Amino acid sequence: MIGRDLLGIEDLDRADIERILETAEHMREIGRRVIKKVPTLRGRTIVNLFFESSTRTKSSFEIAGKRLSADVINFAAAASSLKKAESILDTARNLEAMDLDAVVVRHAVAGVPKQIADVLSAPVINAGDGAHEHPTQALLDLLTVRREKGRIDGLTIAIVGDILHSRVARSNIYAFRKMGAEVRVAGPPQMIPAAIETLGVKAFTSLREAIDGVDVVMALRIQNERLTGTYLPSVREYSATYGIDREKLKFAKDDAIVMHPGPVNRGVELSHDLTDHRPGVILDQVRNGVAVRMAVLYLLSGRRQEGDPRVDLGSGEEK
Amino acid sequence: MSQQRIWIRGGRILDPAAERDEPGDVLIEGGVIVAVGTKLDASDAEVIDAKGAWIAPGFVDLHTHLREPGQEYKEDIASGGRSAVAGGFAAVACMANTHPVNDDPAMTDYIIDRAKQDSPARVYPIAAATRGLEGTEMTEMSALVDAGAVAFSDDGKTIMDGGVMRRILEYSRTVGKPVITHGEDRHLVAGGVVNEGPVSTKLGLPGNPAVAEVVLITRDLMLAELTGAHLHVAHVSTKGAVAAIRQARERGVHVTAEVTPHHLTLTDEALLGYDTNAKVAPPLRSAADVRACREGLVDGTIDAIATDHAPHAVHEKDLEFTEAPPGLIGFETAFPVVLDLVRSGELSPLELMRRLSTNPAKILDRPGGSLAIGAAANVAILDPDRSWTYDPAKGYSKSRNSPWAGHTLTGRAIATIVGGWLVYDVERGVLYP
Ligand SMILES: [Zn+2]
Repeated sequence: MIGRDLLGIEDLDRADIERILETAEHMREIGRRVIKKVPTLRGRTIVNLFFESSTRTKSSFEIAGKRLSADVINFAAAASSLKKAESILDTARNLEAMDLDAVVVRHAVAGVPKQIADVLSAPVINAGDGAHEHPTQALLDLLTVRREKGRIDGLTIAIVGDILHSRVARSNIYAFRKMGAEVRVAGPPQMIPAAIETLGVKAFTSLREAIDGVDVVMALRIQNERLTGTYLPSVREYSATYGIDREKLKFAKDDAIVMHPGPVNRGVELSHDLTDHRPGVILDQVRNGVAVRMAVLYLLSGRRQEGDPRVDLGSGEEK
Repeated sequence: MSQQRIWIRGGRILDPAAERDEPGDVLIEGGVIVAVGTKLDASDAEVIDAKGAWIAPGFVDLHTHLREPGQEYKEDIASGGRSAVAGGFAAVACMANTHPVNDDPAMTDYIIDRAKQDSPARVYPIAAATRGLEGTEMTEMSALVDAGAVAFSDDGKTIMDGGVMRRILEYSRTVGKPVITHGEDRHLVAGGVVNEGPVSTKLGLPGNPAVAEVVLITRDLMLAELTGAHLHVAHVSTKGAVAAIRQARERGVHVTAEVTPHHLTLTDEALLGYDTNAKVAPPLRSAADVRACREGLVDGTIDAIATDHAPHAVHEKDLEFTEAPPGLIGFETAFPVVLDLVRSGELSPLELMRRLSTNPAKILDRPGGSLAIGAAANVAILDPDRSWTYDPAKGYSKSRNSPWAGHTLTGRAIATIVGGWLVYDVERGVLYP
C-alpha cells in the first residue's frame, strides 16, 4: 500500500501502481488545458532537495508542483551547505522545522532518501538515489507503455545496457513485473549485477537473444566515464554490441517500441537512425513525467493534514 | 581500596583450561585465584552471589580499536576499557590505527602507560606491521615486542604487496608473535560497501565480493606455509575463507583465526534499511557464509571470538552509506549475541567460554583464560538468562554505533574481576579506576 513516502517501486503493490497511473491520466488531461493549473495543493510547500544535478527531473517536479498550485522551493543543495562532512541528516533535521508538505530528494548515493525519510515527518519522494531506485521514472515509463500498447500485462520488455549502475533499471524491473510483464535484462556481464535473477528477471549477455520477440526495448544511458577502459573497452565496441539499431531491432516484435530515460547519447545507446524512429514515444515520456509527478505529489502531500486527506482535484481554474 | 578478597558463591564454574564445568565457588585473594570448589568458607571476604550465573575466565578480545591517541571523540583507553569490563572482558588487544600510528616503541609504551592508569581492563597493544600502515617498510618488531606489543597488524589497511607480507611473516619468526591479516583485496573490493549479492543488487550499493576475502586470505595462508610464521586471520566472514583456513590447518600451517559476534549472527539483510551502524569491514555476508563461520567456530577451524569493537561518532555514521566509516561497537553486546550458539545447541557453555577466553589468551601468549589455582584472577560472572534492552547511550563506550541498539538481548555480564579487583558490577557499574 502507498505509505507516507515514495522511496521505491519495490514498496508498492499493483493496486498502488494502478491508482497512481489512473491519477496520472487525470493529470495529463489538466496538462492539456489552456490554464494548466488546479488549486489542489494551494498553500502547501514542496521542497526539491537535489544533491545531484538533474535539470530534467527537477524541472519536471517543479512544473508538477506548480500545476497543483503548491509553493515549490528548489533547495540548491550542491551549492550550499551540503558539501562533504556535513551530515545529510543535519540538513534533513533543519528542513523538519519548516513544516513542509513534501520533500523530493535526489542523491548520487543509494539510500539517502530513506535516511532522510527516517528523520523527517514530511513525505519524502525519491527522485533517484544512486543505483537504487527512480520510482517516478518507472511510473512514467509504465504510463507511456500502457498508452502505446493499451496494457502492460503479458508484454515482454528488454532493458539493455549498464544495469549495474542503473536506478532506472531496478525501478522498471519492479514496476513492469508487478504489472504483469516479463522483464529481461541485457548487457556486458560486468554490468549485470550479482544475483539479478533474484529480482525475477532473466539476464542475457547476447542482445539478440534478449530482444527476441519483445514488445518494448528500453535502452539505458551509459555514463561516459565507464566507456574508457575500466568497465568497457571503448564506445565503438559498446555501440557495436549493445547499441540498438534498426538491424538488431528486427529481432523484436514488428510493433516494438524503443524507450530511453534520456538524455540519449546519440550513436551510442541508440543509433542515429533510431533516435528519429517514433520520436513521439520519447517525447511522450517527458509529458507523462509531469503527469506522474503531479499524481505522486497529489497522493502523498495531500495527506499531510489530519482528517480527510483527500484533496479536490476539481476541474481546475479553467471554469 | 585495599587488596580485595572476593568469594564468588554458588555459580556454574566454566573453566575451559581445566575442562571443568560444575557448580562451585571461587575464592580470590592477592590478585590470584586461591581456591575453587564447593565447600569454601571465606565469610570475611566480599561475597558475589553467582546463583544461576556462570563463573568463567575473563574474556580476552583479540581485536579492538580504542582510538587513543588521536580520536578521543570516538573512544579513549579509559572509556574503551570501561566498556570492555562491562561486557565481561578482562583484557583487550588494540589495533595500531591510532593517530599517530602505533608503529614505534614509544607509542606502545604510551598506550600501556595510559591503560595502567585509566583502564579497568588489561590492554595489549598490537603494533603496526608497516610504518605508518603504509604497507611498504616493516616496523622494528623486536623493539616493539620489548615495549609490550603482542602482535603485528596493519588491520584495515591490508598489505597488498605480497612481497612485503612475505618479509614481515619471515621476520616475525624472530619475535615469535603473530601477524594478523585483515583479508580484503583492495582491488577486488573496489569501493564495495555491501556484500556482493542479492542485497547489494537490491540496495544499489557497490558490492564487495566474498572472493576479495578468499583471495587475500589464501595468499597469506600460502605465505605462512612458505615462511613457517604464525598467521592470525582477523574477522573471517566468508565460507571460502573458512574452507581455506581449514585446509591450511590440515596441511600443518601455523594459522589461527577469529570471527566477530556480528559475522556469526547477522546477514547482509541487516542493511536493507541502509542502517550505517551495520556497515562493517568486511561486510555482513550471506546466510551461507554465516553458517560456515559458525561451523568453523564449532569445529575449531576458527579459534576465537573477537569483537572488532570499532567506535565511530554519530555525526560520522549519519553520512551517506558510502561515506560512513565501517565498524561497530561490540564489547557490551558480545556475550548475549554469541550466546545464540549455546541456545542453538552448536556450542556448550564451556566451549563458548574457551573461544572467548582461553583460546584468544593463548594466541596472544598472555595470562588468562584459566581459573586454575594460582592463576591471575581475571573472572567474568555471567547471567545467561538475564534479559535487558540495550541502549548504547547508557553504555560505557563514547560511541553508539551498534546494530543492536534498542534490541532486547538475553545474557549479560554481571560482574568482572581483573587482577583480583572487582572492576564491574551490573548494579553499581564500573567501579575502578
Ligand atoms: Zn579489520
